[in-house]
Order: sequence, then structure tokens, then C-alpha cells
Amino acid sequence: MSESIVIIGAGQAGCQAVESLRKEGFTGPITMVGDEAYPPYQRPPLSKAYLLGTFERPRLFLKADNYYAENGCALIVNTTAKAIHRAERIVELQDGRKLPYDKLLLATGARVRKLNCPGAGLPGIHYLKTIADVDGLQAVFQPGKRIAVVGGGYIGLEVAAVGAKRGLDVTVFEAMDRLMARAVSPQLSAFYADEHKKAGVKLMLQTGVEAFGGDGKVEWVRAGGLTYDADIVLVGIGVIPCEELAVHAGLGCEDGIVVDQNARTGDPHIWAAGDCTRHVGREGHAIRLECVQNAIDQAKHAALAMVGRHKTYSEVPWFWSDQYDLKLQIAGLARPTDTLVLRGDPANRKFAVFHLRDGKVAAVEAVNAAPEYMIGKKLVAEGKPVDAAKLADTSIPMKTLG
Amino acid sequence: MVQKYRVIFIEDSGKEHAVEVAEGWSLMEGAVKHLVPGIDADCGGACACATCQVYVAPDWMAKLPPKSDMEETMLDFAPDVTSESRLSCQVRMTAALDGIILKLPKSQH
Ligand SMILES: Cc1cc2nc3c(=O)[nH]c(=O)nc-3n(C[C@H](O)[C@H](O)[C@H](O)COP(=O)(O)OP(=O)(O)OC[C@H]3O[C@@H](n4cnc5c(N)ncnc54)[C@H](O)[C@@H]3O)c2cc1C
Ligand code: FES
Repeated sequence: MSESIVIIGAGQAGCQAVESLRKEGFTGPITMVGDEAYPPYQRPPLSKAYLLGTFERPRLFLKADNYYAENGCALIVNTTAKAIHRAERIVELQDGRKLPYDKLLLATGARVRKLNCPGAGLPGIHYLKTIADVDGLQAVFQPGKRIAVVGGGYIGLEVAAVGAKRGLDVTVFEAMDRLMARAVSPQLSAFYADEHKKAGVKLMLQTGVEAFGGDGKVEWVRAGGLTYDADIVLVGIGVIPCEELAVHAGLGCEDGIVVDQNARTGDPHIWAAGDCTRHVGREGHAIRLECVQNAIDQAKHAALAMVGRHKTYSEVPWFWSDQYDLKLQIAGLARPTDTLVLRGDPANRKFAVFHLRDGKVAAVEAVNAAPEYMIGKKLVAEGKPVDAAKLADTSIPMKTLG
Repeated sequence: MVQKYRVIFIEDSGKEHAVEVAEGWSLMEGAVKHLVPGIDADCGGACACATCQVYVAPDWMAKLPPKSDMEETMLDFAPDVTSESRLSCQVRMTAALDGIILKLPKSQH
């Protein structure tokens, strides 16, 4: 009898695993369980074109409806996996069903971090993670409404950009002293702050939100000791890996299910991939990534490992963010101690910041600059020494620097 | 009713897939929706990954809108690029493209 595989979590990583398992020749039955109402879909458009209304829902789905059946994958939606019984190798579902497995993939993703200040439970306070979240927000996301965005990270800023475009009155509250502080260089933060201000977005930096209030729904936000009126609140303050199943099953977890470079957990029958994991990155220390690239590449490596072939996961992380007509593309992982090299002039809204470490490119941030991004990514992967002066010189074509 | 038009994808192996793609959808989405293998589309159409390359014969290429700067530069870095290459997520289906024939590369990586 052929082995059976169960996947918990029907998202980007789970979907990729199904595709890769079949591609790598696995012929046994696959069952994928997801707690959302939908088959796997892409989340990036949720805070971009889907919220803007220029991207219809059917386009969010990663595969055609018949894909799963055609590929021998039983897809169970609207159902939470409640427990993993490792000794018996059984996944228990919330409806009492029991799914036996020979191999199990955890692809449970991450959930939004919630605020817990006074008034945080009021109606009108939204988070953005799922299709259902956007649909709830859409109903009130109307021109003229005042929206308070809590958190100046990618998601908050993408929503701010869409809001400004759609004629909402947008205020962003950020506790740190710059935007996207966890993810990008100060140069990028400053550039994006300018762009948002030009679009009419009000930015309140170093301003932590203290409370919400209102009569039956949110009507005001208190931040930095002042009170601001708001019709809608959107909170984007990061995510927490969904690791409870693994924790309860006694698998190693440290803010993420711990896996090795083959996506293996400590149990030889269990692998994990995507936002829910913490893995040893290509630079040799444990990292947790929240991006499509990691979901796809780690799921590919998990699938390979599950069919008994092992390839070290060492792909360069990459990410993008769309705000206004600006495409931000990032490859590699920056550190605050990196030496920064600017290529191009931010005033032209087309430039890149290279992060150099030991004379090599460790990361690149490119704004409307695809060549810088693509070559930069290659330089990060190859780890070859580079000439900083040449990188900064736009009279030298990027292509010749790869 | 959304208007749909015909697209023929030809895999590197020569295998043909004739599919219908809704007006306004990208050619990439048409392939993915119909289980046509050979287009990875890692970024889901954001013009950020260059893993959705197709080859368009010159007579059809003339009917396609020109490449944006972004498509042009991303394409530069895809494997086995020729003068017939396009990123299929950047081309929207229209009546003018009814019957278009697209060849798929051996690999997107
Ligand atoms: C609004 C938004 C915008 C984003 N934009 C970008 C972007 O521009 N670029 C980028 O690279 N990344 C972006 N991301 C991040 C990217 O979407 C994630 O990194 C990616 O979806 C991770 O894939 P995953 O499979 O690990 O998790 P998910 O896609 O979240 O899938 C996990 C699924 O498992 C389900 N699940 C969890 N626990 C259980 C259980 N016990 N039983 C059953 N099901 C369970 C979850 O509900 C979920 O459906 C964005 C994310 C969001 C929310
Ligand atoms: S799908 Fe990523 S560039 Fe086309």
C-alpha cells in the first residue's frame, strides 16, 4: 500500500507542497485540511489590488477549482485540525474525524497579532489576513471615511496607499521613529514617508496607540496622549506563527516550529513549511520569514525531503510591496550594521539601496528598479566581493555588475 | 457574461493545451486556471519573479501591447530569453488575442 500524506493548512505553502509532491513523483493519497472557507489563495493582493477593487476574487485562488481532485488531493476546507497524535500518527479534526498519516506537513501559517489596549474589542476595528477580513473592511472602506491605520509596516502602509487612492482620510500611527523599521533601511523609510505625505496620508511616528473608544463602535483613537476621530481602524502590527498544534504534540517550537534545512521537525514523520516555521537560514542562524518566497521554496524542499530526497534550503529570501505606483523589491536579509550604498536618486522615484557586509552584497532594496533588484539578488546568492563605487555609479549599467 | 477567448499553450515537449481565458485576465492566469504546466508564477502576477515567461510568435507579438519598463527589465533576467519572450502575467486577454499561440520554456528557473 502506498504511503499517505496529510497537510495541515491550505495556504501558499500547503498548495505548493501538493504541486511539488506530485512533481517529485509521490503517487499516494494526499489530504489537505484548511480552516478557511476557501481553497488556497494568494494573500499579497489582499492589501493591494483586491482592496482597491481592481482584482476580482476568483483571481486570488492559486489553482483551478478542479486542480486538487485532478491531482489526487482531498481538500477539506472550513475545518480546523485540533490535535496531532504522534504515537498513532493520526491528525484529529475539530469535527471528530481522524486522519491517519504516514507523513505529515504542517503549513499552518501565522495569525495576526492583536492589540489588547482598552477598547480593542470594539466593532469597527479590523485586521487584514484573509479574504473574509477584506470583505468585512470593504463594506466600510469608502471615500471620505476617516481610517486610523495602526502600524507603519508593509500591510498598514499598503492599506494606507489604497485608502488615499480611494479618497479616504488616512492617518497612520507607528510606535517606532520610522516606517517599516523592522524591514528596511532608514533611507527607504524616509522615502516612503515622503511619498505617503504627498498622497495626503498623515503620519504619526513615535506614537503608540493607547486606547479606542466609541458608542457601540469605534469612534476615536487615543495615541501619544491625544484623541483622534476615526470611522474605521485597521491594525497591522505583525503576526504570530500558528504553532499550537506542534507545541501540544511536543515538537520543538521557538516562536515558530523549529525545522532544519530540509524542513524536518524533530519527528521523522513530520515536516513544516511557510510562515509557521523557524529555520536555519543561509547565513547560519535561526530565522522566521513571512513571505511568499519562503512558503514556496520551503514547501518545495519539504516535498523533496518527504519523498526521500534532500536538498539544502538556501534560497535568497525575496519580497515585494506595492504602494502607489512604487514597486519595492527586496532580496536578502539586511542587518543594521551593514554598509549602505545608494544607487540612483530617490527624487527620481527609481533607486536602490545595497547592503554591503564584508565587501559583499547581503541585501538589496530596489524601488521601481528591477535590474538593481535582479542583479542584486544574484550578487547576494553568489556572495562575490563587489566594488561599492561601481555599484553607486549609475553610468555603469547594472547588467555589467552581475 | 464575461467574454472568453481561446489561447493555445504549447509545452516544451510539444504537448498542446487549448484553453479559454476570460477577457481582462492575464495569459498567466489562463494557464494556471486550466492546469497548464510550465508556468510557475511564483509572485502571482506582481511582475516580481520572472517565472511566467512564454514565447510569442512574431505575428502575434505585433498584436500585443508593448512591454512596460518593468516587464522589460524583469524579463532580462529570465532563463533562455529570446526576442519572442514575454511575461505572461503582464499580458491581458482581449478580443485581438483570440486564438493566440504561446510556447512555454523548458524551465522557469
Ligand atoms: C495582507 C497580506 C499581504 C501580504 N503581502 C505579501 C507580499 O506582498 N509579498 C510576500 O512575499 N508576502 C506577502 N504576504 C505574506 C504571505 O502571504 C505569507 O508569507 C504566505 O501566505 C505564507 O504562506 P503559508 O502557507 O505559510 O501560510 P498561509 O498562506 O497563511 O496559510 C496557512 C493556512 O493554514 C490555516 N490553518 C492554521 N492552523 C490551522 C489548523 N489547525 N487547521 C486547519 N487550518 C489551519 C490558516 O487559516 C491558513 O489558511 C502578505 C500577507 C498578508 C496577510
Ligand atoms: S508571475 Fe511573477 S513575474 Fe509574472
